[in-house]
Amino acid sequence: MAQINRIGEGLVDTSRTLSFTFNGDTLAGHPGDTLASALLANGIRFVGRSFKYHRPRGIFTAGSEEPNALVQLRTGAHQEPNTRATVAELFDGLTATSQNHRGSLKFDLLAMNDLLTPFLGAGFYYKTFMWPKSFWEKVYEPLIRNSAGLGRLSGEADPDSYDKGFLHCDVLVIGAGPAGLAAALTAGRAGARVILADEDFRFGGRLLAETHEIDGADGVDWAEQAVAELAAMDNVRLMSRTCVHGAFDHGIYGALERKTDHLPKSGGKPRQVLWRIYSRRALLCAGATERSICFGNNDRPGVMLAGAVRTYVNRFGVTPGQRVAIFTNNDDGWRTAHDLAEKGVEIAAVIDSRDGTPPAAPHGAMVAMGSAVTNAAGRHGLRSLTLTNGQTIQADCLAVSGGWNPNVHLTCHQRGRPVWRQDIAAFVPGGDLPVGMSVAGAAKGDMTLSAALKAGHGAGNAAAKDLGFTASRKAAPKSDDEAADVTAFWQVRESKTRAWVDQQNDVTVKDVKLAHQDGFRAVEHLKRYTTLGMATDQGKTANVLGLAIMAELTGRTIPETGTTVFRPPYSPVPIGAFAGRSRGKDFRPYRLTTSHGWAEEQGAVFVETGMWLRAQWFPQPGETHWRQSVDREVTRTRGSVGVCDVTTLGKIDIQGRDAAEFLNKVYANGFAKLPVGKTRYGLMLREDGIAMDDGTTARLAENHFVMTTTTANAVSVFRHMEFCRQCLWPGLDVHLISATEQWAQFAVAGPNSRKLLQKLVDAEHDISNEAFPFMACAELTVCGGTPARLFRISFSGELAYEIAVPARYGDAMVRALMAAGEAFDVVAYGTEALGVMRIEKGHAAGNELTGQTTARDLGLGRMVSKKKDCIGNTLSEREGLNREDGLTLVGFRPVDRATELKAGAHFVVKGKPVTTENDQGWMTSVAWSPTLGHSIGLGFIQRGHDRMGETVIAADPLRGNDIEVEIVSPHFVDPEGERLRA
Amino acid sequence: MIIDHPLLGPRDAAEFYVLGDASLIERPDWQDDNAAAAFDSYMHLRDNPAGEHRELWFHEQGDRSWLVVTRNTLTHEVVKVELARDVALALGRST
Repeated sequence: MAQINRIGEGLVDTSRTLSFTFNGDTLAGHPGDTLASALLANGIRFVGRSFKYHRPRGIFTAGSEEPNALVQLRTGAHQEPNTRATVAELFDGLTATSQNHRGSLKFDLLAMNDLLTPFLGAGFYYKTFMWPKSFWEKVYEPLIRNSAGLGRLSGEADPDSYDKGFLHCDVLVIGAGPAGLAAALTAGRAGARVILADEDFRFGGRLLAETHEIDGADGVDWAEQAVAELAAMDNVRLMSRTCVHGAFDHGIYGALERKTDHLPKSGGKPRQVLWRIYSRRALLCAGATERSICFGNNDRPGVMLAGAVRTYVNRFGVTPGQRVAIFTNNDDGWRTAHDLAEKGVEIAAVIDSRDGTPPAAPHGAMVAMGSAVTNAAGRHGLRSLTLTNGQTIQADCLAVSGGWNPNVHLTCHQRGRPVWRQDIAAFVPGGDLPVGMSVAGAAKGDMTLSAALKAGHGAGNAAAKDLGFTASRKAAPKSDDEAADVTAFWQVRESKTRAWVDQQNDVTVKDVKLAHQDGFRAVEHLKRYTTLGMATDQGKTANVLGLAIMAELTGRTIPETGTTVFRPPYSPVPIGAFAGRSRGKDFRPYRLTTSHGWAEEQGAVFVETGMWLRAQWFPQPGETHWRQSVDREVTRTRGSVGVCDVTTLGKIDIQGRDAAEFLNKVYANGFAKLPVGKTRYGLMLREDGIAMDDGTTARLAENHFVMTTTTANAVSVFRHMEFCRQCLWPGLDVHLISATEQWAQFAVAGPNSRKLLQKLVDAEHDISNEAFPFMACAELTVCGGTPARLFRISFSGELAYEIAVPARYGDAMVRALMAAGEAFDVVAYGTEALGVMRIEKGHAAGNELTGQTTARDLGLGRMVSKKKDCIGNTLSEREGLNREDGLTLVGFRPVDRATELKAGAHFVVKGKPVTTENDQGWMTSVAWSPTLGHSIGLGFIQRGHDRMGETVIAADPLRGNDIEVEIVSPHFVDPEGERLRA
Repeated sequence: MIIDHPLLGPRDAAEFYVLGDASLIERPDWQDDNAAAAFDSYMHLRDNPAGEHRELWFHEQGDRSWLVVTRNTLTHEVVKVELARDVALALGRST
């Protein structure tokens, strides 16, 4: 197809031709084109269907405010829905398809929705689909979801990569139009570190779309020179294709840079980068967005904003139509007529809603002052217009200008409330702007070029001076003031047919009237009732129109009616960019123990605990079920000796003259009198008396302790202890440091554990039962001089030790332990076997320390010392935590030993119905005990200690089984503790 | 949000863990006659000012200082940043 509407060079490179397809048709464009300009060049006006009524829609704007021309870009997994054709840069091989229709674009089966208009107005869903209730989920919602909506996702994982980055600057300039360029120039010349960001791929803003002169030169050339000067400054960073989308606290801005969206292939580079920009000052030079006028069928393909028509003609060398009419309420619309006439495009008419003498019209153009367009005809593309006097005008493009709205969006992201300026019929920034932000140019309401240049120049200098730089004395760039008179005009009341306010959401003037009639008159209610201003364009071209029409309906002024405020993001940001590299296994960091490589060699199966990957069990040849591996690991540990990596437990090194006193305050049980060379189990409470964490703490020297915490709470316990140290008892001489990663630690458990360790511990250290009894600890050496710490503590209930070595020896240590253990048939065990053995022994763990259980519930009530001040002591005495019928941790076993217990089951007295009222507690942990040969469990039940031997029902309605269980001691194995003292 | 750390200079709020009201420093005396009631209000009663609020922030991804940050809850302006230890000592807390 020929580029029938390409009428000139503009700023595209017509020496090179790019090939692309739209709905399967191969078309041609040039470097410098957007998809929209290339489609228009090829005479394509009808590019998509609307959201609700499936109305034919065309290209309405030339920028990110586009409500209509949303397409699917690319194919397969790379496919991206809802891409605005007006910002998609053309590249060779680009594939685009229209969206939101069933069947072809021209013969959309869902276009019948348009005929159902009388039934589909605002509030339709709320009023219609009320009954029968059950129909909503099953019938109405799927039906509506299927017919409404925008593009479709590929349904495949996103193959592109995204990145995040951080930038710092003195002055962030947002928008590289005339004001932004002038501001960046002065701030840059003064020596400030400047970032200049613009969402377009070329700097210049409206200068690229107009025929202005600056300092006697062509506006485009001036912009090019300004960019060249900025590019030569080391202190300036130019960021094109970068949309600053949000203003956050303390001068922090979010920005999305499109890195490879304009290339056929990303070449392995990130597609987009989400920047966090820390600025000391920010200058918002975001320009203004044109708005439309509401008249009948103003959404026809071919009806466009007047400024966008100028953009296509001047920047892209493309005329959106062969015979163009202009409908305006301001002087700016007339520029479109002149620019088009200059390029030889036929002007059908200039229709101006204002009364009075018309400005000079292009030669031969019909002029209608005090008139308006009442209707547009041409279902798949504009054919003709009807004016208020009934006259019909043939035209294939109508350029509409209802005035310009300053882009105040970022000024509202914190507490700014725009204020109405009647002289320009628009909202300008007001209220409290984000800290450090000032606004210049059209974004502030400086609607002429000379005013924008002057304001930008001044703002750049002011920001630099404010930061202590010396402002440059160079004069501001100069240009003539163009005519910019505007008289507010929102809707053509004479129109008999539907007039669109928000084209993206299919909100019409009638919907606004309905909202008014139904009482949804506040701006925020209007928005939610009609969906005005929602979706990808966030009402950039629609919000003020809707507000103005509501003002007319209520007979109030616009300031009385309300104001439109905006939240981030200014333009849509893909979820992928927010995720960045945090996908899949990189969703969050993970940590490996020093024995990880060794465990991998053993074929270990790993599990995430906290951020750690821990060996869960070690399958051996012939084992087909995890239970086989775990049973073997338990049996051989209890039978001889086993080794388990327990590095992941939190380790906190505590030193200082008051270290013992400090521990006495953070642990519920006493630590002041713990002798050197001894370890003690410690229970930590929260200040509200609930159990927080437990572990062991060893006293290595008079003023030196080492604490272990559970893996999951390592971070929060350390934080809590620092709080106690710095905020509660700042006078104590004590210091803490986390040593979790500095020490590799292994549990060596089982009757032969001492014999195994005696082979490794250097001979001068006596670890016999007499010299190194249960709960002893020592700093010693192993394997001929390697420093180590040995603790005689047991989680399994066996004779057991934990040996710690500096992390760099971790790998060597586990290999040495396994080699030394060969004589004892040593077994490596993972977290599952660890769990089975602690349940057999009746030790509480994370399943029992849920943040809702007390020391008393855990059977540790007597540990809480009443003779000292410690965290949680006072509030643990609260009545509610000390009820007679409180929960107690006990053991459970199935009456029928062959049945399997389930964690999460709730206990009910036999014969009583399974109801919440009869709930007496729940099963916290279960395991199949290879030692006992049946399933066992731990759980909380009311008055558990007094009910030993009683049979209750463990009810599990969720999984549908009720099991008779017997209440027993939680210590299934070695209740007297003889083994660990052996 | 940026917190001007008294020792380290301006740091991003992402490096911090926030605990809440700085009144948590003023832990009651356990031997007080009304200790139970005092601890109850210490744990559970908070002011919720629209304006300046003193908060405890922990520089977890940094030097592990607990800070008292005075922040305006309406504007997020950080008015003052002190080391919590200094605040606690000034309040007469010791051992």
